[in-house]
Amino acid sequence: MLTYLIRRLLLMIVTLFGVSIVIFCLLRIVPGNIADILFDSAGLIDPAEKAKIVADLGLDLPLHEQYAQWIGGLLRGDLGYSYVSEKPVIDEIAPRIPITAKLAVLALIFSVIAGVPLGVISAVRQNSVLDYMLRVTSLSGLSMPSFWLGLLILMAFVHYLGTIPIYDRNPATWGAWFTMLAVPAAAVGFRSSALIMRLTRSSMLEVLRQDFVRTARSKGLPEGSVTYKHALRNAVLPVVTTIGIEVAFLFGGLIVTETVFNIPGVARFLVEAIRWRDYPMVQNLVMFTATIVVVVNLIVDLIYMVVDPRIRYSE
Amino acid sequence: MSSTTAAAQERPIEPSFLNNVGYLCRRYPLGVAGSIIMVAFVLCAIFANYVAPLDPFSTNAKASLAKPSDTHLLGADMMGRDVLSRIIHGARISLAVAMGATILGSGIGAAVGLACGYLGGWFDLLVQRVSEVMQSLPLLVMALVITASLGPSLRNTIIAIAIPLIPTVARVIRSNVLSLREMPFVEAAKATGMSEFRIAVVHVLPNTLAPLIVLATAQLGSTILTEASLSFLGLGVPEPYPSWGRMLSESAAEYVRTAPWLVIFPGLAISLVVFGSNLMGDALRDALDPRQRD
Repeated sequence: MLTYLIRRLLLMIVTLFGVSIVIFCLLRIVPGNIADILFDSAGLIDPAEKAKIVADLGLDLPLHEQYAQWIGGLLRGDLGYSYVSEKPVIDEIAPRIPITAKLAVLALIFSVIAGVPLGVISAVRQNSVLDYMLRVTSLSGLSMPSFWLGLLILMAFVHYLGTIPIYDRNPATWGAWFTMLAVPAAAVGFRSSALIMRLTRSSMLEVLRQDFVRTARSKGLPEGSVTYKHALRNAVLPVVTTIGIEVAFLFGGLIVTETVFNIPGVARFLVEAIRWRDYPMVQNLVMFTATIVVVVNLIVDLIYMVVDPRIRYSE
Repeated sequence: MSSTTAAAQERPIEPSFLNNVGYLCRRYPLGVAGSIIMVAFVLCAIFANYVAPLDPFSTNAKASLAKPSDTHLLGADMMGRDVLSRIIHGARISLAVAMGATILGSGIGAAVGLACGYLGGWFDLLVQRVSEVMQSLPLLVMALVITASLGPSLRNTIIAIAIPLIPTVARVIRSNVLSLREMPFVEAAKATGMSEFRIAVVHVLPNTLAPLIVLATAQLGSTILTEASLSFLGLGVPEPYPSWGRMLSESAAEYVRTAPWLVIFPGLAISLVVFGSNLMGDALRDALDPRQRD
């Protein structure tokens, strides 16, 4: 157990190290940096001034030194300064994290609450009309872009309430807070719930065919007990493992949904930083995302081990 | 499509094409429905110049934000351009980007997967680590960073969407190759003195085609969605190409009040084509690769 944990942690560090190299290189494949962009758009070219900015930002250093500077800072907790706002990166990112985190957690809860029971119903009533309807609905859910669903929701708001919900940092009531976050969270979570539903359905179908389910039925247990106590417990395990993938999946949805609903979270901020070629911001935001994905995957694996005693990562 | 014709050639007593279609319709009704949707969109894309009622680029100040009517079946945008014509021409861009990216990503992925499964050793180990690194980044984030660094253009959008596909495809093909290379027919080929490279290309590669087709079709929907998201964020296919995602770009939030048709129809086109490709992907998976279920 302990060796497994240590090995996983080491592997995680290696992966994150790889991510940092990939991101660093990707952002510098093409020549052209923020100084070029600023000067091109301003139209005035004063080579001396440009050289000074380049030197100030450390863009004239060789690549490996730039990389070492970044990683060295990262390890000391110093994320550098934004090129655009000139504030420390951490001050820009930190206040936005809770907003996105709340959205993500709500969306995840929503997708599990909707996805798992519907998947079970669909599997238990395999090939019924209800099953077909649920399957087509879940497939439509996977086919709709989340930003379009968000726009449709905004449209419904305009139609029924006459206004669009506007993000407010300090909502007046608890109810306002909930609607403000719950509506966008549902827009993001819809896609994930469709995915979870499909996974639950196929996993449930697999389990329902197994011998122990037949045994449970033949000893006279009521159908509800067979389905929910015996089958579901086993069927849900493989679904749990996908939550790690789900988090990466959710983040993509959050990027567009925060844009649609105008929510000042980290996901939308990444797009803004990319537009500005704000390297320190983009680098750190992408590193942050990758860390979350990797850590969630580790936690999911550990939970899996605890929930399913058949699995022991001992070797 | 090619797989069905190949299957038809193998069976000597094949009734007729129509009987085949009838069988497919009964066996995979949803898959056939999906294929019909896809074929309709592909035809629209190819013959956009003939199908579209109006010029997608011609602006008309009088028709600015015109409601759906006889002249503009699905309304007109801010600049008076016909929405229906722009959607039909947009099919060209969306499908070209999606198919281009899928083919590019699957092709490279298959080659990498084949090499990994066959060569093993340090190459395999390195590729495994790199793909782990790539898979810890959300697809859209990866595509965003790549387009941002390459700059927005049609070609770069295709590259940006194709790269994140490579590790997924490579993994599936690799595991497939690992089991295939232990098969008796590979041993037989070895016994006849064939070179390893030739075995890999002539005997192992064709046997990975079924999972590859299944995977590529399954990815098609998500590549269309990724292109739409990139264009929606203004970092995908640039002007003057009409792209569904950009038709819905950030300004769309304003049109939610004033011109809902500008929001509803392009999104409907995206959803419909992705829905079609998902239905087709599911049916293909059931038909070609029954072991690989959700």
